[in-house]
Amino acid sequence: MAAAVLVSLLMMVIDHRENHLKSVRSTLSVVVAPLQQIASLPARSNQWLSESFSSRQFLQEENQALRKLNLKLKGQQQKLEALEAENMRLRDLLDSSLQIGDQILIAELIAIDLDPYKQQVIINRGSNSGVFEGQAILDADAVLGQVVHVNPFSATVLMITDPSHALPVEVNRNGLRTIAMGTGRINELELPHLPNNADIQVGDLLVTSGLGGHFPPGYPVAKVTQVINNPGQPFARILAKPSANLERAHEVLLVRALSSSIQNAPAPTEENSQP
Amino acid sequence: MTVTPSRGGLIIITSFILALVLTTLPLPEWARPFRPPWHSLVLIYWCMATPQRVGVGIGWFLGLLVDVITNTLLGQHAMELAITAFITTKLHRRMRVFPLWQQAIGIFLLLMLEEALSAIVMGAIHRPTPSASYWATPFVGMLLWPWVFVILRDLRRRFKVN
Repeated sequence: MAAAVLVSLLMMVIDHRENHLKSVRSTLSVVVAPLQQIASLPARSNQWLSESFSSRQFLQEENQALRKLNLKLKGQQQKLEALEAENMRLRDLLDSSLQIGDQILIAELIAIDLDPYKQQVIINRGSNSGVFEGQAILDADAVLGQVVHVNPFSATVLMITDPSHALPVEVNRNGLRTIAMGTGRINELELPHLPNNADIQVGDLLVTSGLGGHFPPGYPVAKVTQVINNPGQPFARILAKPSANLERAHEVLLVRALSSSIQNAPAPTEENSQP
Repeated sequence: MTVTPSRGGLIIITSFILALVLTTLPLPEWARPFRPPWHSLVLIYWCMATPQRVGVGIGWFLGLLVDVITNTLLGQHAMELAITAFITTKLHRRMRVFPLWQQAIGIFLLLMLEEALSAIVMGAIHRPTPSASYWATPFVGMLLWPWVFVILRDLRRRFKVN
């Protein structure tokens, strides 16, 4: 009994401080993978059933809606390509060449619950698909989180709302840079480092700034919902609502930045992402 | 001293596997703090019914699997479940003769100890203090105990697990 407790305490310290137990965790995660598959069965079969038994009319309507959306997105894409080319030309003039464009891999969430006091999810792609630690995860709307642990066939994703997560962002309107910290609540981010006179308003869109090297720049993150200026305090209290569907996301995108400036940046350390 | 061969190891393992699956089964967001501590309840039952087979070692390993499956700090649940298994095997004679509702109160205290240990570990690694619903788990476990007990006891009798 005393031995078990001592070993547990030792493991906790090593796991927390040194990160040496990753191989142990990976090995055991292979053992528990079938259990996770079983646990995600109800959710998956539910999805399969609703797809198999949906009516022809419903599918036709959905198909039509998706076709329209596709057309619209293609239209926007044309404009984006033109803008990208223009951007590159202008950057060439300034001698600061920067490649735009990221590699994207689609993954599905495995429908299981983890520790309710950590904001984490598991995805069905692992190191076999080229997923690496620190990779950015998006959903259809915005940034969702980053990979913190990779197994051969699955990976753990820490969401941006986890209290141990910090994300370098900038205000899209004026380029004001700051850091968005998770609060532990699924619909709230905090911007604790902005002074009272900072130029930030309710409704401002925050996008990733690309500093720190983990996240590619320019992806939307959150919208500012509350700015409280307390004259007695040196910093304003600013809250933002993540634009991603953190509770409802089903498919996610794994992004690998191709931009040269990021690949040449010094390798990010653990402190960059989790201060 | 006569040695009776142990039987029904498969039943014990299956019940642990089922408990682990239930521990990670997706629940709606609002219900997540109220998830019953399945793995603890099943472990406590087997420690009480068959203390010669299920004890600290198995509790520790089960906890390790819980840590991996829920991605908590490696060793957190292992420590808690080892301590739970230790107390239960020490007191199994006394707990067996209690009526069910008194047992449930004992279970509540055990689960409360687990939650407190978890809270201490979370505090030590600077996680934010969880909300009040964090302490709901022992209550849920206490209310569920009579059912878990009756189901597992019938299983044990039917398959003559000893």
